[in-house]
Amino acid sequence: MAQAKDPAARKLPGSLDGNRRLDRWLCINKDGTVTVTPGKVEIGQGILTALVQMVAEELDISVNRIRLAPASTAFSPDEGITSGSRSIQDSGLALRHAAAETRDLLLALAAKKLGVTLENLTVADGVISARSGGTATYWELATPELLAREATFDVVEKLPAEHVVVGTSLPRVDILGKITGKVAYVQDMVLPGMLHGRITRPPGPRARLKSIATKEVEQMPGVVAVVRDGSFLGVVAQREEQAIRAERRLARLAQWDAGEPLPDSDPRRLQTLAAETEVISEKGDPATAGVRQFHAEYTKPYLAHASLAPSCALAHQEGGKLKIWSHSQGIYPLRGDMAKVLGMAETDIIITHAEGAGCYGHNAADDVTLDAALLARAVPGKPVRLQWMREDEFAWEPFSSPMVMRMNAALDAKGNIVNWGHELWSHAHSTRPGGSGGVNLLAAWHLEKPLPAAKPGNPPLPGGGSHRNAIPLYDFPNQKVTNHLIRQSPLRTSAMRALGAHANAFAIECFMDELAEAAGADPVEFRLRHLKDVRAKAVIEKAAQMASWKPNEKGDGERGRGIAFARYKNLAAYFAVIAEVQVAEEVRVTRMWAAVDVGQAINPDGVINQIEGGIIQSASWTLKERVDFDRQGVTTRNWTDYPILTFVEAPEVEVALINRPEAPPVGAGEGTQGPVSAAIANAIHNALGVRLRDMPFTRDRIVAALSA
Amino acid sequence: MTTTLQVNGQTRVVQADAETPLLYALRNDLGLIGARYGCGLGQCGSCTVIIDGKPVQSCDLPVSAAVGKQITTVEALAVIENEDEKLHPLQRAFITEQAAQCGYCASGILMAAKALLDVNKDPSDGEIRAALEGNLCRCGTHGRILRAIKRAAQEMRGLGVG
Repeated sequence: MAQAKDPAARKLPGSLDGNRRLDRWLCINKDGTVTVTPGKVEIGQGILTALVQMVAEELDISVNRIRLAPASTAFSPDEGITSGSRSIQDSGLALRHAAAETRDLLLALAAKKLGVTLENLTVADGVISARSGGTATYWELATPELLAREATFDVVEKLPAEHVVVGTSLPRVDILGKITGKVAYVQDMVLPGMLHGRITRPPGPRARLKSIATKEVEQMPGVVAVVRDGSFLGVVAQREEQAIRAERRLARLAQWDAGEPLPDSDPRRLQTLAAETEVISEKGDPATAGVRQFHAEYTKPYLAHASLAPSCALAHQEGGKLKIWSHSQGIYPLRGDMAKVLGMAETDIIITHAEGAGCYGHNAADDVTLDAALLARAVPGKPVRLQWMREDEFAWEPFSSPMVMRMNAALDAKGNIVNWGHELWSHAHSTRPGGSGGVNLLAAWHLEKPLPAAKPGNPPLPGGGSHRNAIPLYDFPNQKVTNHLIRQSPLRTSAMRALGAHANAFAIECFMDELAEAAGADPVEFRLRHLKDVRAKAVIEKAAQMASWKPNEKGDGERGRGIAFARYKNLAAYFAVIAEVQVAEEVRVTRMWAAVDVGQAINPDGVINQIEGGIIQSASWTLKERVDFDRQGVTTRNWTDYPILTFVEAPEVEVALINRPEAPPVGAGEGTQGPVSAAIANAIHNALGVRLRDMPFTRDRIVAALSA
Repeated sequence: MTTTLQVNGQTRVVQADAETPLLYALRNDLGLIGARYGCGLGQCGSCTVIIDGKPVQSCDLPVSAAVGKQITTVEALAVIENEDEKLHPLQRAFITEQAAQCGYCASGILMAAKALLDVNKDPSDGEIRAALEGNLCRCGTHGRILRAIKRAAQEMRGLGVG
């Protein structure tokens, strides 16, 4: 590793910099195994498999020797939140360095024991051999003290050309339990003497509990406790179905004050609200007029993560200690917020991660954990399992914010873009636990003595939140990008896969298509001519080649194709996609061809699996999804209200990976979302000649566009 | 109050009363946690089991409606032979195709697929898709799952299994 001039400014890779002790990451066991303790968590994205590969590679051991410990505040490094497609960079690079250093330490012990120099040693699956004869194994050399030290900078990691495990498609380490019906999720955990909880929520976010006569419910079969604290209302029972029945009775008995009515759910309402406005990019002269000017406005609605499993947690209060099992993406920030609500020391709360269903961002995982703790406090000594009902999850999870993007551009006489403008309106995209000045947990706001929420906000640029991917990667001589942030939302908003990058890349890539058409240019060529970045060009060219794209190809009134591209956050994965649609009564996406470049692919098939999933999920958002609410509360309560893409409707997807082992690895989870929406909109335009700018592209909207 | 059920070829007694959804009896009384709770409304298919040969969503089926019928859960797909777990061709195909992300939908889909392959040994792509109409996948693993079921069907025909 290169020597920095100022030692104080040197940083260790990823999360290792903030968690420098090697034994927080790894333990070499006497039984021939290695325990790895990452702070990042599995949310269905396959991260644990990739981390196993990175450790096995640097330690020169078989992947079968690695044991993964679930992240826990009892011992894991604090890696913040598993989000932003950052786990390879944060956790992977930390573990890579820690494993390489561990290998060096073991080699030094072996050299001493065998009486040879380091150059005379080789390692194979944990067995160190001296060329002159003699062996020692990791398992006999390692002592508890060995890794009780901080990582240093003096470590040489393997070169990409030396990799034998990284870069291969190791099967997922978590798949067997998931397909054989074993305990795979927090929902499946059973603790001795465990009770079941359920929560009765208000009819809407502004409603408050006026009165509740609990006696009748307390006498129902199996009911152990009814818990009321302000507007927080829940029940604990012996059996799960008893808790559900008691909860339903509570819901019928509760009297609520409705509170102020909610406003209209139209995304364009955002433009009427007071905003904090910031110009986030300005270059050249944003008043440049060119020879022709263009304007267009695009919107997206509130969207739900809609995890297949409603959120669940287990809590066990005993003595002054609270033990928690949660599928939170950030066990340390969650512990901090929980401690404030419960009036406990953080060290008296131990949160251990247990996997839930795929979450795609900040869903109700954190909220249900506080709920479970509040119920467990009412039945000390007894563990409580609480799973939200489907209706709770749809009504109360934090949503992805609605957004409006107003675009303008100017073309010169040659049909090149000489000016670009992008104004966006959005609520906040990050209200996770750990925010400063408040508590970001639902139940905390409902208590008799409520704890207010932290100020809703955005992660800062360059990653950004609502403004993520708002600055174009294209090279325009003049441009201006303006972010209007409206912090307070009628419905809580927070992080969902790609944050604002979904809507911003959607708007940019649709508008590029509109401009290409106005310029009489092919949409592939038009994009390439405005890009300098060779990796960007490479994914676009690859996708076009896969789809046998024909310059200026035209749809036939029913079938059409469209292309889109983005580089996630302008600093991570490159992604280009071509969508084919068939429009009859409704829009059907029939095929997708995509090319992706994530730098060094740790697990190529894992990357492709993530990309395929992102493509299909984004197609679902684009065609079908919208959370709706009336004056009182969320009216989207189940899968009939919130249809998602089905097996009958799922497109054929083909993904090509452009692997660049020499380039730093970046995440693959989120870069697909915006381009897919745009490619579908562009394909619809190609097929029908009409431009849809408001998601989702439902049958009603197609009909309206055709008859306009 | 107890109810007697036929589950995976065995007679089992559960404490759940007659109106309790079968899913809770399977998970909480019998420890058969392979069927997952997703909606409780019969909309997502995560809880699918096979009852008398047909795929059924167990989350909104009262225990009383399952009495006297043969219930098969995902736990019965693999068989134990000489202390080794021998996976069903569908399960092997799911591994070959890496047909999971979060995997929460997998149990229900495996059971819906088994019910299909039990009566249709050579289903078309359209028939496989139609058989999964009651199953949702949120991670977007559809393509891999469809390929895995196709692969399993081929293997089962070749082996004469099922």
